[in-house]
Amino acid sequence: MKGYIHSTESFGTVDGPGIRYVVFLQGCPMRCQYCHNPDTWEFGKGTPTEASEILADVLRYRSFMKQGGITVTGGEPLAQIEFVTELFTLAKAEGIHTCIDSSGIMFRNSAEYLAKLDPLLALTDLVMLDIKHINPDTHKILTGHTNEGILAFARYLADKGTDVWIRHVVVPGVTDREADLLELGRFLGGLSNIKALDILPYHTMGIEKYRRLNIPYPLKGVPAASTDDALRAKKLILRGMKETRATKKQN
Amino acid sequence: MQNEWTGFQPGRWSNSVNVRDFIQHNYTPYDGDESFLAGPTSATVKLWDEVMELSKKEREAGGVLDMDTKIVSTITSHGPGYIDKEYEQIVGLQTDKPFKRSLQPFGGIRMAQNACKEYGYEVDPEVVKIFTDYRKTHNQGVFDVYTPEMRLARKSAIITGLPDAYGRGRIIGDYRRVALYGIDWLIEDKKHQLATSLVRMTSKNIRLREELSEQIRALEDLKKLGEIYGFDISKPAANAKEAIQWLYFGYLAAVKEQNGAAMSLGRTSTFLDIYIERDLKAGLITEEQAQEYIDHFIMKLRMVRFARTPEYNALFSGDPTWVTESIGGIGIDGRHMVTKNSFRYLHTLENLGTAPEPNMTVLWSTRLPRKFKEYCAKMSIKTSSIQYENDDLMRPVHGDDYAIACCVSSMRVGKEMQFFGARANLAKCLLYAINGGVDERLKIQVGPKYRPVEGDYLDYDDVMAKYDDMMEWLAGLYVNTLNVIHYMHDKYAYEKVQMALHDRDVKRYFATGIAGLSVVADSLSAIKYAKVKVIRDEDGIVTDYQVEGDFPKYGNNDDRVDSIAVNIVRTFMDKIRKHHTYRDGFPTMSILTITSNVVYGKKTGNTPDGRRMGEPLAPGANPMHCRDTHGAAASLASVAKLPFRHAQDGISNTFSIVPGALGKSDQLFTGELDLDRMLEEEQ
Repeated sequence: MKGYIHSTESFGTVDGPGIRYVVFLQGCPMRCQYCHNPDTWEFGKGTPTEASEILADVLRYRSFMKQGGITVTGGEPLAQIEFVTELFTLAKAEGIHTCIDSSGIMFRNSAEYLAKLDPLLALTDLVMLDIKHINPDTHKILTGHTNEGILAFARYLADKGTDVWIRHVVVPGVTDREADLLELGRFLGGLSNIKALDILPYHTMGIEKYRRLNIPYPLKGVPAASTDDALRAKKLILRGMKETRATKKQN
Repeated sequence: MQNEWTGFQPGRWSNSVNVRDFIQHNYTPYDGDESFLAGPTSATVKLWDEVMELSKKEREAGGVLDMDTKIVSTITSHGPGYIDKEYEQIVGLQTDKPFKRSLQPFGGIRMAQNACKEYGYEVDPEVVKIFTDYRKTHNQGVFDVYTPEMRLARKSAIITGLPDAYGRGRIIGDYRRVALYGIDWLIEDKKHQLATSLVRMTSKNIRLREELSEQIRALEDLKKLGEIYGFDISKPAANAKEAIQWLYFGYLAAVKEQNGAAMSLGRTSTFLDIYIERDLKAGLITEEQAQEYIDHFIMKLRMVRFARTPEYNALFSGDPTWVTESIGGIGIDGRHMVTKNSFRYLHTLENLGTAPEPNMTVLWSTRLPRKFKEYCAKMSIKTSSIQYENDDLMRPVHGDDYAIACCVSSMRVGKEMQFFGARANLAKCLLYAINGGVDERLKIQVGPKYRPVEGDYLDYDDVMAKYDDMMEWLAGLYVNTLNVIHYMHDKYAYEKVQMALHDRDVKRYFATGIAGLSVVADSLSAIKYAKVKVIRDEDGIVTDYQVEGDFPKYGNNDDRVDSIAVNIVRTFMDKIRKHHTYRDGFPTMSILTITSNVVYGKKTGNTPDGRRMGEPLAPGANPMHCRDTHGAAASLASVAKLPFRHAQDGISNTFSIVPGALGKSDQLFTGELDLDRMLEEEQ
């Protein structure tokens, strides 16, 4: 089947392990204030492309992919779940490592949804889950949606035993409150499938894209985060994780 | 066995000159990491501070600190020179003072004069008189023979960067032979070669006998160079320090004699490791001392300077010396050739700080030891100073004792050399095809007066047919121009000492090169897949193009256009192969401009791919700037399609990437194992 593709990148090195072929899907329901790819938001745009076409292109880069594989990001990849499932079916048949980079926003704990999700997870080696904010209210302001489904998705992945990398963007004054970071860490500490923590300092390189797309920039005036900001956040999240794990041990 | 060889595993090398055999019998592959390395000694720090101070003064003085205007540089022309004698483990300078540029008029007296004049110096009138009235130079010889067509092609820069006014370089003496055998053995060997050379006096045999005699004389001079610094290098080196010193004298003699466009060092690190290992095992030296020797040796290589003209500097964006050292690679017996000394060489980038020279080149193979690969990656990220070349591609052609001259030219050390041939501008050639041989900038007939394109739009088949004809002409003219140059270079500026450190019967590569490949591929793609309208000036010469619609661009792993690039490479190489080459040189081609693409671009008019007049061509085999839009792997995959067989002198790709795009910083990214460890640490 065809998916709506925003673009592809043959040499992705920051979206999962190794050198990866990255597929950016078109369309995302979230409107994160710090999103640096607003051009991938709108549904119904993009280039309709067969999963088999994408895979054929992926295979042309196999020699570059020793430790790497394919990553589907977006946009929101789980908004085109059938397409991703077909693509990963083809990829796994070739023995290629598969990764989804998702916000988890599409998750529903319904039999109907899980009937679609489970087959995909069976083909997925790694999920990179971007938790924007631990506080539901702030999450709503930041992204336009509450985070309940997202956290449920995280727990579901833990139950399934799917490997997960957690991503978190540090935005000064927005996602860097000590209490929130500790709380995020406490939540993550309860999950047994977290394999890596990827703290991303917020940058302002997206501003130019917003200007070109004529979308007002929501974080006007917010400075980029420094490496030190991100390191501080990482420490706090790790401390939170440790707390939960210590409590667990005692119990 | 000679005393100096005690402890070495004997082999064929012990009876005849065979450095490769010595290395294979005696080197110790190293699989470990860099933790054994030593930092700079206080002497190293002191010396390097003095060198940096001198570099600063050199910059402040406008780029040249001092120039010799009277003493013509030869192997023995100068007394000893030092930075700071008592601290130097490895000694020897090109002249009697650091950074004093030597006078090398054999390539051309006018070049030497211009280089001096540029920096406010004047060559001694007596020297000028000698090299004008009595002693002919390479440059003069070339211009005595050039045809009007050759002069025109040179002027219009369709053939460009020709080594007719500067030293051709790209010859690597096997400097290791000096250390392993000592000069007396090498002289005996050369005498034997002369004695067994043919005596039927054809011009070929006469030339060989004369060259061998010159080589013997150069070796005698090399021995004297050792004496000038207080060393007797007639015998083999007896320890690591001597081995480095002897080897360096060989190289020093070469740069005293030749101001070549690339004066590369060869493949010395694993060779020297054998001596260092022997001394370390015997407890004669410590790791600190071993590193100090290497640091001081590399320091000397960084100080190599030549007097060059502003035109030369413009062509090469500075005055690079291309002291290329080839490191690592895999042996044909399957063992990798990384030794501790491979690490020590790269470690100089930390001990002395980063520098473009010597040009550290790692012969990369997927089979190099993991720890060495990781160290290379680390040093690349830290210093951006390492060049990588594909050993897996070159080993089948050259075996395991080849080295790189300049940036990509591979040759077996001491057994193969090359005649460097600059490059033909294929982008300009395409414009000549369109305009029937009329130069688009000079508006004069340079190429043959073929029929130009007609009509308002370019037709792919028509342009291709015309381009094929024009390449046919260019290849012939190019090869013949190079024949003139190399004949005269051999005659008037022969590389005596470098060739003395070669076998008698060397394989000579006849290296040609092309510039503008990506412009040609994209232009032809535009003509084929979009519509290209021509715009003519008042004389009917096509000077501009209007591209209507989009077209596939080289650098995106798109076969529609990549196949055009592949086809051009093969076609032009095949045309080169049709021609007689001087001394039966084996024709090769490079796709290589690393810096000169800027100058070539200045001299090339608007092209059908939308590139504007004067804009730089892409370097080497690179896609045009910003046209590779599918990521680095796609860009690399396009370049990788170019056939090495038809571009055996090397294909270069200048790859720039911001560190952040190469992967996560380990500070912010906490991966698999780390996460557990960090959580544990917190507990």
